[in-house]
Order: sequence, then structure tokens, then C-alpha cells
Amino acid sequence: MTATLSKYAKVFAVGAQNTFVYRWNFVLRSVVGIVPLVGTIFLWRAIFDSGGGRLSGYTFSQLIMYFAMTVFVENLVTPTEDEWQIAGEIRDGKMSFLLLKPLNYIAYRFTLYASYRLLYTVVLLPGVVLIFFFLRDHISLPVHAATWLWFAVSTALAAVIQFFIAYTIAMLAFWILEISTIVFIVFSIEYFLSGHAFPLDMLPPWIAGFVKWSPFPYELYFPVQVFTERISGAALAQGIAIQAFWAFAMWMSGVTLWRIGIRRYQAVGG
Amino acid sequence: MNRYLSIFRLTARNSLIREMNFKLNFLLWMVVELLWFAGQLAFIEVLYGQVNEIAGWSKWQLVALVGVHQIIAQLFQAFFYINIANLPELVRTGRLDLMLTLPMDAQFAVSTRQVSFDCIVNSLVGVAIVAFALAKLHIVPSIAQLALFACAVPLGIAVHYAVMFGLSCISFWIIRAQSFIHGYFNLFHIGRYPEAVFRGVFRFIFTWLVPVILVSNVPAKILAHPFTSPWAGLAMLSAATLAVLAATRALWLLALRRYGSASS
Repeated sequence: MTATLSKYAKVFAVGAQNTFVYRWNFVLRSVVGIVPLVGTIFLWRAIFDSGGGRLSGYTFSQLIMYFAMTVFVENLVTPTEDEWQIAGEIRDGKMSFLLLKPLNYIAYRFTLYASYRLLYTVVLLPGVVLIFFFLRDHISLPVHAATWLWFAVSTALAAVIQFFIAYTIAMLAFWILEISTIVFIVFSIEYFLSGHAFPLDMLPPWIAGFVKWSPFPYELYFPVQVFTERISGAALAQGIAIQAFWAFAMWMSGVTLWRIGIRRYQAVGG
Repeated sequence: MNRYLSIFRLTARNSLIREMNFKLNFLLWMVVELLWFAGQLAFIEVLYGQVNEIAGWSKWQLVALVGVHQIIAQLFQAFFYINIANLPELVRTGRLDLMLTLPMDAQFAVSTRQVSFDCIVNSLVGVAIVAFALAKLHIVPSIAQLALFACAVPLGIAVHYAVMFGLSCISFWIIRAQSFIHGYFNLFHIGRYPEAVFRGVFRFIFTWLVPVILVSNVPAKILAHPFTSPWAGLAMLSAATLAVLAATRALWLLALRRYGSASS
């Protein structure tokens, strides 16, 4: 047990070091990453100017809080390069080298993902704090202490869903050469249905009713709603249950595709 | 000039032949763009479920703006995007050497290696959307409007080109600068908003230093706001385009002096 733990602790450290090699990449990315957020704030300012005090039950401050939290959770859980790297390892035959090691590939990949995400968030933290400071008039922290716990749980489940969606797509590289079109198709659906573009309760109720059962809102929108306490009580319990279901389903699909795929693996060039 | 045109014709022909070899991929890329575009229209629908106008733009005027953004962005992607996206890899592997020894301008050689025809088809979707939005607005553009629009679109493509090329030149200093692709998309993300929503320092930066908010707004206004004079906007866009193109050229020449050619 301890041997296993220390093995993956090593993987974690290697992932962190790898990330630090490309620190300028990081910095550049976080600087330009702020542009859409600022643009979004300006756009909604103009919308509130012509729409009055409240839109779909949001005040301007609540909406800013929503987008600021979305950016934070997204940085924490959205994989950026994992699917490309995994697909690359399959396509270029680099997988052979990893299969020979006493590692479980999925655990290995998940550890790398966790290490990227945590380090990324830590490095971005000063920037995030700065943004929150600029927006301080609009920021409100949860009232109930239990909210922090539920937020942690739903964020962790969101991370599992996001990772295993990426992993499942990457597994397709066992069958097809080029996965980028599929990555982008899923990405464009996620962009709107995960609540990145706008809060999903602004959708017409009948569409929102459908979307609620899909995995996408649980990648981003749901944890943010939990944190801002717009979801509570029975709706919170139901949400966590649906989220846990999707986390499990995505995990299973990743594992299953791996098992079938690895039998087809031919180690091209490996 | 003639030589460059004929080289470009050959490149385009090769690209078309290559793309037709991967027909499914070609179709899938179009699906990606259509989904993305449908999402944006849904977003507009949600926004205008709340209000009747945003910064002086009605719903169909904003649809026209998004359509114009689509036309310009897709034409840019058709001719330049993939080539510029590959530049950091050329620098990292040292394959840029080959480009430098070709008997033509290296920036031209790097920027025009292949043409993506699926993006040209996608830009036509943008044209259809703009036409539909104008019909909803009961606007029939005059010949003069169309002529001005036709002048503004290439200027916009040039701004897209200069911004992304400038960002990718960073790869001469930072190896593996993939983040510049995110930089490009993040910057132009705000290009489809009405320019009047931006204020203060932010407005200054993205009008004069990195003129991303002029790119689609100026041509969209020519068509969708027919009663405002287009000249001030066109003059600003022309000046800004020349400035960013010149800055990018200077940065490229500076970067080349730094280039040490990896592994050779």
C-alpha cells in the first residue's frame, strides 16, 4: 500500500516538474486567459444597462460572481492537454514503454492530471486573487459552512467527470488516427451546456429540464451553483446524485474502452 | 508578385487534393464549426430573451455581427491559421531551415503552406447568416455598402493574421509556446461583441494596440447600421491594420536573428 502510494507520489512530482519546465507557457496563458472574462463582464454590464436590475433572477453582482467562480472551477478541473497526450502515446507507440512499467495506466494518467491541475491552480492563484480583489464589490462567500463541503464534493466529482470524458475520447485513438475533430465537437457542446457561456437557468425551462440529465452541467455549472448557494436542499441532493452517477458512468466507459482498445494496440513504431 | 501568385496557386491545388483524400475529416470539421455557430446563435437568443437591445444593437444586428465575425475568422483560418499554428513546431524541430533557404520571402513561405477548404465553406455559412439577418432587418445593401464591406473584410483578415503571427513569434524565445493558440482564440473571443460595450483602458488597448474589436464591428456596421457614417471606422481599421502588420513584420525579423536552428 505504502509502496503504491509512494510510486504515484513520484508520478505526481514528475508531472509537477514537467509543468514547471513550461512555466512561461503558463504565464502567457493566464494573462490572455483573463481577456474573455473581462469581455464577458463588459457585455453583461451593457445588457444590464438596457435591461434593468435583474435578469433571470440574477443581479449584476451575482452574475459577475457566477463568471468569476466559473473561471476558477474551470482552471481547477478542466483538462487541457491530457487527451492529446494520451492519444499521442497510443498513436506513436509510446504506450509500450509505459505498459512495461509496474503502473496502472489509468491511475498513472489520473495522477498526472491531478498534479497538472493542482499546480496550475496554485500558480494561477495570485491572478485569481487579483481578479477577485478587483471584483470585490460583487463577490460574496457562502453563508452556510456546509456549503464549503458540498462545493468540495461537487468539484471533485466534476474533476472525475471531466477527466474521464477526456480519457474516453482519447481511447478512440485505438481505432481512429485523428481524434481532434471529436475533441472539438465535444468541446463545443461542453462550452455551452456546461454553463461556460451563460448560466444555464437562463435557458428556457423545457431545454433546461433536458440538459439537467446530461453530464455537461455537472462539469462546471453545478459546482458553481452550489458555491453561490443557488441550489440547496432536495435539489442539491438530487444534483449530487446525478453527478455521482455520471462520474461513475464516465469512469466505467474509460476503463471499458481501455480494456477493449489495449487488445488492438499494435505499438506502431514502438 | 506573379511568382508568388503562381506558387500560391500550386499550394492551394495541393491542399485541395489532400483534403479530398480525407473526406470524412473534411465533413467532421464542418460539423464542428456548425455546432459552434449554432451555440452562438442560441447564446444570442438567450440574451435577447432578457433585453431588446445591447449597446445600440438589436437582435438581428447582433446576429449580423456574429455572421461577419464568422466570415472573417473562417477566411483567415482557411488561408493562414494552420500554417501559423505550425510555426512553433518548425522552430522547435529546426525544420524552419528549409523555409529559410527557399528562394522567396520566408514569412510568405511559412504563412502560406496550405489552404483549408472546409473553412471557405464555413465562411459561406457566415455569408448566409448575414444575408438572413439583413433580410430580417429589411435592409437591402447598396452597391456602395457592399464595396466598402468588401474593403473592410481583407483588412480584418490582415488583423487576425498579424495578431496570431505576432503571438506565434514568441516561440522563438519560449520553446513549446502552444499557449499562443489559446491567446489567439481568447483575444478574438471579444471581437464578436459590439464595440460600444467596452470602456476605459480595455477599450483603448483592444482598439489601438491589439485592434480585435474593430475587426468585425467596422464591416458589420457598414451593413447593419446603414445610417451611421462608415468612414471614421474604416479609417481607424486601416490605420490599425497597417500598424499591426508593420509591428508583426518587425517582430518576425527580430525573431529570425535569434533563430539558432535546433539539432543541425
